[in-house]
Amino acid sequence: MNAPLEHTEIVAAGDDGIAPGELLMDVRNVSLRFGGVKAITDISFNVKKGEIRAIIGPNGAGKTSMLNVINGFYTPQEGSITFRGVERRAMKPHHAVRQGIARTFQNVALFKGMSTLDNIMAGRSVKMHRGLGWQMLWHGPALQEEIAHREKVEEIIDFLEIQHIRRTPVGKLPYGLQKRVELGRALAMEPSLLLLDEPMAGMNLEEKEDMSRFILDVNGQRGTTICLIEHDMGVVMDLSDRVVVLDYGKKIADGVPDDVKSDQQVIDAYLGVAH
Amino acid sequence: MLYRTAGQFKTSYHADHALFPVKQDAWLLGIILIFAYAIIPMTASEFSFNALLIPVLIYALAALGLNILTGYAGQLSLGTGAFMGVGAYACFKIITAFPDLNIVVAIALSGFVSAAVGVAFGLPSLRIKGFYLAITTLAAQFFLVWLFEKWGWLYNYSSSGAIQVPNIKMFGITVAGPNAAPVTQYYFVLGVVTLVTWFAINITRGRIGRMWKAVRDMDIAAELVGIDLMKAKLSAFAVSSYIVGVAGALFVFLWRGAAEPNLFDIPLSFRVLFIAIIGGLGSILGNYLGAMLIVALPVVLGTLPGMLGIPIQSATVEHLNVMIVGATIILFLVVEPHGLARFWQIIREKLIMWPFPH
Repeated sequence: MNAPLEHTEIVAAGDDGIAPGELLMDVRNVSLRFGGVKAITDISFNVKKGEIRAIIGPNGAGKTSMLNVINGFYTPQEGSITFRGVERRAMKPHHAVRQGIARTFQNVALFKGMSTLDNIMAGRSVKMHRGLGWQMLWHGPALQEEIAHREKVEEIIDFLEIQHIRRTPVGKLPYGLQKRVELGRALAMEPSLLLLDEPMAGMNLEEKEDMSRFILDVNGQRGTTICLIEHDMGVVMDLSDRVVVLDYGKKIADGVPDDVKSDQQVIDAYLGVAH
Repeated sequence: MLYRTAGQFKTSYHADHALFPVKQDAWLLGIILIFAYAIIPMTASEFSFNALLIPVLIYALAALGLNILTGYAGQLSLGTGAFMGVGAYACFKIITAFPDLNIVVAIALSGFVSAAVGVAFGLPSLRIKGFYLAITTLAAQFFLVWLFEKWGWLYNYSSSGAIQVPNIKMFGITVAGPNAAPVTQYYFVLGVVTLVTWFAINITRGRIGRMWKAVRDMDIAAELVGIDLMKAKLSAFAVSSYIVGVAGALFVFLWRGAAEPNLFDIPLSFRVLFIAIIGGLGSILGNYLGAMLIVALPVVLGTLPGMLGIPIQSATVEHLNVMIVGATIILFLVVEPHGLARFWQIIREKLIMWPFPH
């Protein structure tokens, strides 16, 4: 009971009963339109349990829209998404969280007025249940619950090495640390699928190396499945197990990094091609 | 020196979650409570109970209610006065329907009526925010005051259209009505305010408070961490309106003694909003500091010339008063836009460092 916690327990993934390598999420023929603008056209791909899946593509290719569809911000006009064996179409983001999908944003979406600790604690909102009556009294069950979750949150704080900013309002933190806190908040949700929207945007080399290490550790030590969008090709090719490439809302390639790198369509999309 | 936090280590999360992790804060609160419960009642005059102490407490409670909605959950409301009215009228109806009911129970129940009305008028917050929401709460303000005026059942069809507080006894002591002693009323109000404040502190530092603050800071991200926006916003409206309703019931039953519908009109809403803003949004302490500035300062200023023996006409004192209070408010907001509570925080941080600033 009081034995030191195994390092692997740090970022507990939701227990979804899916063996590594099996299908976690299957996106089938998804199309998303805003009026006449086609953001995503007929895209299919899947994510297997335990892998790091990258979505890449030039600006405006529909990568972020794809993540928004996955976690319920947008409802696609066509197609279906099967997550953990359950097919669904329309859903609210907070339902996605309950199913085990957590996410970070391209531009940091933290609660600026709250401390690092509170931000990460907020990530555990779904797992805390004590009602208003207990909260009013504070002492007793509400405090017990608070402390139990605080312990989990402290593990994440240790893991991300942000102990020194525990009490700092996140609005005052530098960008790199804010990104780390946001990752911490997503980890606090103990997701089975972690969506990272450009986790390394605007970082210097050292910060990118740190962040890459955190991503690999989350994936390696706990087996959390990760689906990330990133523009730094070096990072993408090194981190990910499989890559899907979008261009103008269409899928142009899908496979292991080496295959994707040498794909003519991908090279054309990134370097441009004379028509 | 006095505020040194060095050496106060926490060895458990239990200790870290204490209300005052720093010992000196607990001492300070203890001293304030001794003053509030023992020293002030022994020394204060009848005038200061009625003009200073009781109204400061009641206004602070109303501002606390508004602060939960606006400062913690980020939903701007301009209808506080009307919700206070709902609490007052509900309490009046309950007291006149069940004269034997304990007044504490009646006040607690009237809070629920106010909470229900608050939730109903909070429904638009699910679709709109910011100034647009403020406009819908303004609609609530006008509608409710109109209702207090036109719906005779609310004031038991009395010819004056006003509600009168009867003499109400609790455990043999008259606590409300014309015969109540100010010191009894002061203790009653102080007790209720202390209790509600303690509840409010607990709610705002726990799971629900975090949920509200998350919605305030970024509602999209809040939804993303699994917070149900509807639950968060409506619970903020409910808790806020409950406290505001209780404050309204105290306002009439323990202080004014009688009320007409226009008492709950928009100037009251603005007054409470000013207290919350000047005290500091998102702070519990701020409500008290704000109430002292807005409610007590004019009273103190009004009595000063008489005490000092300066021969000024009372009308001139009134005008000077408005000018001084207005200038003070502007000064405080220029110096510290985040309110008096932030002011205290800065002073406290400085004190912790003092006298070795590095």
